[in-house]
Amino acid sequence: MSKYPEIADKLMSLKEAVRRFVRNGCQLSIGGFTVARNPMAAVYEVVRQGIRDIHLVCHSNGQGLDVLIGAGCVKRVEIAYGGNGRYAPTCFRFRKAVEQGRIEFEDYSNYQMSLRFLAGSLSIPFIATKSGLGSDLLRVHGFSEEIRRQGKVARKKFEIIQNPFAEEEDHVVLLPALTPDVAIVHAQYVGDDGTVRIKGLTFADVEQAKSADALIVTCEEIVPRSFIRLDPDQNTLPPFFVDAIVKVPYGAHPTACFGFYDYDPKHLNHYKKVAKDDDSFKEYLDEWVYGVADHEEYLNRVGAAALLDIKANPFVGYAQGLDRK
Amino acid sequence: MLTYSANEMMALAAGRLIKDGDIVFAGTGVSILAATAAKRIYAPKAVVFFETGGIDPILEEIPMAVADSRVMYGTCLNAGLIEAFSIVGHRKLHTVAFLGAAQIDRYGNLNTTSLGEYHRPKTRFPGSGGACDVASFASGVITFMLHDKRRFVEQLDYLTSVGWYQGGSSRKKLGLRRGGAIAVVTNLGLMKFDETTREMVLAQYYPGVSVTQIVENTSFPINVSGAVEAIPPSAEELRILREEVDPQKLIL
Repeated sequence: MSKYPEIADKLMSLKEAVRRFVRNGCQLSIGGFTVARNPMAAVYEVVRQGIRDIHLVCHSNGQGLDVLIGAGCVKRVEIAYGGNGRYAPTCFRFRKAVEQGRIEFEDYSNYQMSLRFLAGSLSIPFIATKSGLGSDLLRVHGFSEEIRRQGKVARKKFEIIQNPFAEEEDHVVLLPALTPDVAIVHAQYVGDDGTVRIKGLTFADVEQAKSADALIVTCEEIVPRSFIRLDPDQNTLPPFFVDAIVKVPYGAHPTACFGFYDYDPKHLNHYKKVAKDDDSFKEYLDEWVYGVADHEEYLNRVGAAALLDIKANPFVGYAQGLDRK
Repeated sequence: MLTYSANEMMALAAGRLIKDGDIVFAGTGVSILAATAAKRIYAPKAVVFFETGGIDPILEEIPMAVADSRVMYGTCLNAGLIEAFSIVGHRKLHTVAFLGAAQIDRYGNLNTTSLGEYHRPKTRFPGSGGACDVASFASGVITFMLHDKRRFVEQLDYLTSVGWYQGGSSRKKLGLRRGGAIAVVTNLGLMKFDETTREMVLAQYYPGVSVTQIVENTSFPINVSGAVEAIPPSAEELRILREEVDPQKLIL
């Protein structure tokens, strides 16, 4: 009998979750934001399984985006921001792929992408905003006409219309909904009933999760129903949205997971050094992704001392006094 | 005589523009120093918040990214992205956004996307992030720039975030209800915008910087007739910046 009978059918290894839900050519969305709560363990597993031709849809994924692109998993990306704060003013592999014409890309803004996920989660085909009027985001097209007939790519990037409720001239932007094949988010807690709780900022994870056909949730801890239902106001997603649950402690490393650990400045600085160059980036992947069988082996490589350095004070959420230079 | 860095002068020049009660949308780098300094020195009732949704965090330590866990601690509320943008554009609030850019034109329009041809750029930058959104919705935008001709350009390679668009009332005609560029804070001085033409004008040059130096580092013509020398940082301003805002010297 499973230790967690209520979620026995959803609880699986990272290997199995990725094998089941992340396919070649799929439209994928990953949660988190720059240095925070990227589902990195899952990203590494996608890389290890050699998934190709991914259509990545994201707003501001830093590290996850860069590793997926750098490892050659991504064919096209719809994106608002490819940076990682101080550790990568522009994500290195993303930048290189764009400059060398090795990736198809389309630019939107953070709010626009978040709204597109919201539209998908609401089952409506498009959503209205005023963001971006006059900008090149609403003039220049990244994807060609040919791409716009493929897969889940929207037939049009946007449409600007007259506000149908106004007498005077007033412009409104319509943006196409996103319904990714699969979304992966990393949470602090999943209850043994399947309820998901994300602590700290949730970014657009909720909209991304609900807009997707399939949802993988990786988490730091599986917690008892008695805990997760004691204060349901804190919860983020009900169980029925979740298709796969994977317990992966430190599953966001080297990005931060509020309340559990900080981002890892040493690792991110190392990444900054090696990601600029093709050969040293390949060595990085060999060392940190291909050269480890699973996340446990990865954590062994990170080492206990480094993990202690970034251990968060649970009362403030981050590692106080951490050397972040 | 007090010695201070360009970053310190920039943070204070921008911080002085914040009024009590403003809702300040901060980024990272110098802008977070400016926002935090403003709250501690000039506008104690100002509220600092982040596009990621952290509203009024304590900021005992300087965040290195807008998604840094430090923007999530001691907040009045941890919102989502959509909720954060509903605050930037809210009609009840006076919101001031700090942005940075790779290029700026005379109307305060910004490029954070790329240099060269868009599809095969010479240099690719991170992209809009929330910049285009806050430029669309905030009551006003203050931009931090390094001041040189490559950055202050006649023509942007890509218009990521709209300032005064093509000048005059063109911004309003786009359908944007409010907002526009308030000021540009550089390592040389402080620029504002003409009330009618919406063209950039020099408002202040820092002590030790000449007006000619600013003109020579700007690709488009800039009206300097109203320019005055900026007030240098006071001992107290520098103390707060160094001891309270960024004691770990992560940005200063």
